[in-house]
Amino acid sequence: MSQTDIRVGGAPAPPTPGQASRPWWTSRRRDQLAGYLFIAPQLLGSLLFVFLPLGLVVWYSLHEWNVLAGTFDFVGADNYTALADDPNLGSVLRATGLFSVGLVVFNLALALLLAVLLNQKLRGTIVFRTIFFSPVVVSLVAWTIVWGFLLQDNGGVNGLLDTIGVDGPNWLRGEGSAMLSVIVVQVFKNVGLNMVLFLAALQGVPAELYEAAEVDGASRMRQFWRITVPLISPTILLTSIITVVGSLQVFAQIAVLTQGGPGTSTTVLVYYLYQQAFQFHHFGYGATLSILLFGIVLALTVLQWQMRKRWVFHES
Amino acid sequence: MKTGKGLRFAAAALAGVLALSACGGGDEGSDGPADLRMTVWSANEAHLKLLNEIADEYRKNHPDVSAITFDPLPFENYTTTLTTQIAGGNAPDMAWIFENSAPDFVSSGALLPLDDTLKKAEGYQYDDISPATLKLWQDGGKLYAYPFSTSPFGVFVNTDLLKQAGQKTPAELIAAGQWTWDAALAAAGATQRTTGKAGLVIRDFDYKGWDNLSTFWTGWGAQAWSEDGKSCGFAAPEMVDAMTALHKAIFTDKALPGPGTTADFFAGDAAMTVTQISRASLLKDDGFAWDLAPLPAGPKGDYAVVGQAGIGVLKKSKHADAAADFLAFLTNPTNSEKLAQFFPPPRQSQLTAETLAKTNPKLKPEQLQKVVIDGITSGVVKPNHAGQAELSQQVRAGLDPLWKPDADVKAVLDGVCAKIQPLLAK
Repeated sequence: MSQTDIRVGGAPAPPTPGQASRPWWTSRRRDQLAGYLFIAPQLLGSLLFVFLPLGLVVWYSLHEWNVLAGTFDFVGADNYTALADDPNLGSVLRATGLFSVGLVVFNLALALLLAVLLNQKLRGTIVFRTIFFSPVVVSLVAWTIVWGFLLQDNGGVNGLLDTIGVDGPNWLRGEGSAMLSVIVVQVFKNVGLNMVLFLAALQGVPAELYEAAEVDGASRMRQFWRITVPLISPTILLTSIITVVGSLQVFAQIAVLTQGGPGTSTTVLVYYLYQQAFQFHHFGYGATLSILLFGIVLALTVLQWQMRKRWVFHES
Repeated sequence: MKTGKGLRFAAAALAGVLALSACGGGDEGSDGPADLRMTVWSANEAHLKLLNEIADEYRKNHPDVSAITFDPLPFENYTTTLTTQIAGGNAPDMAWIFENSAPDFVSSGALLPLDDTLKKAEGYQYDDISPATLKLWQDGGKLYAYPFSTSPFGVFVNTDLLKQAGQKTPAELIAAGQWTWDAALAAAGATQRTTGKAGLVIRDFDYKGWDNLSTFWTGWGAQAWSEDGKSCGFAAPEMVDAMTALHKAIFTDKALPGPGTTADFFAGDAAMTVTQISRASLLKDDGFAWDLAPLPAGPKGDYAVVGQAGIGVLKKSKHADAAADFLAFLTNPTNSEKLAQFFPPPRQSQLTAETLAKTNPKLKPEQLQKVVIDGITSGVVKPNHAGQAELSQQVRAGLDPLWKPDADVKAVLDGVCAKIQPLLAK
């Protein structure tokens, strides 16, 4: 309290210019604090579970970490050199690419087809929508284990094919069929989510555009390509980003169905990372692989985001 | 200024987080009563009950040990889970270790040497332990884990199914001196053709767990790699012969269920299964009639294969000495005899049909003698090597092309050696 504040009786003195005139605890500061408190849980969570692990992964990638011996030695860029020289990396990236392309194409095409079919005002469409969406809420591992049984040589899928006289392959043991199986299992699991997003987008397309097109004599197919696809292109962008990123994170399906085999035909990047870090105990190299994965996801997302201007309606 | 404040805030938050995370680990010295934890692969109630009884008895005379917990980890990912716990600063005090990861654990320096503690323990009779069972767990003359279970592989037989198929049982073939792989596979193939059930299952192989095939190829004198672990054995003529016989049995004679086909012997789906005798606990009293036979003779004659598991004390444990002391109690002659009903002991004095029969009511004395005692005495341990997980993955991937009807056995096996030789030579 300063000298000037001391008064005996009477009203407080008016503030003198140049002195701390306003109280520190203003409503503006209160609002700021409230704002920080609101974002604090999210910020703390991000720091703890995103930025700290991300920083640690970079740190680990510069080390050789022998868990059993308890050693943690700085090796500089050795893990990155090993990554460049890794003879398995080519087949791992090929399997990852194949899975991603297969998943994105099958998933988006099927989701759009289902959405178009279920966008009709017919009896029973709600039941079908529920049926196609229900796998999304089923436990991923349970879903995959059940499919593992169905895809066995003497399993349900081949039993069904047998009834129509088709001799089905040993799905999880052939290199091509194993990859196809993993993709299809994943597509059926998540197609419902993209279907719902497409349905919402389809219902946002103004009906008068179709009416006008019909008056102009445009066929249904032409209407689909010239009206529907451009108007739902923001949703196609969203679903393709979600699906691409999701496809690069596939793990449980591979671990349960094929363990990366036969050979290394289904050893995708995340599964290879798991093998290196947790099975072979090369934690430093595993961290390096995860940085490669981070780079690929980032590059693909940026690429898609940049390309939106060329093909997404409203973005050009 | 604003940026500076933001940076300071972020730095302070990160420092706080780091400080918090630093509180989690640490290898500080022992303080207060010890709370011991041992990871085990079995969640079998009977196994855990016996282990807990022994632990309770130990704690009666050791007030410094407040609790002993047996922590079952799933068999399939046991070693991965254990090493992840160690990496995460949550290492157990004691751990069950399988033979396939023994070289990694023993040579890493992660385990406490046990010789002194065990030899000094009252009434322990260290010299009673069969030296053959200690070999895998020693390095530089020091013992790093106690060979807790040495479990030989045998052939469990569903005699009901064999008789239904009009086949001779292994007991009859043994009596006639004809218990060979040729005879076993012929009976298995005939059973499959007659009954539609599977013939012979090499348990836990499932076209992935290839190390279980050592129960087959050892009969041909084949081995995965040389004794010193430096040279690949998959391309050797003995291995090619063994794998050719196996390939024919699977794809031509249908004596074994093919890839992607499951059959559980203990559910009555197969005539025979090759597995460890500790699986006898899966047999149901009111199920089919069964027998246990030693592994059939191969072209190189009679042989036995054993699986081993050891228990080690983690050096990182805050109570490593207390854990070693408990391990000495757990494996002393008295408790070893109790545990023998589940885990064949390495103590020579207890490797008698008479002793084992007391605790293995499901097995007859001659089965115990032929399969267990002879197996432990003369058995070859399943393949094990430093860096086994990586080797195992390479062999698994390399063998995959073999599991097709038209596979070129020699070419596939050459391919396996091409993949693993660089790893073996490290």
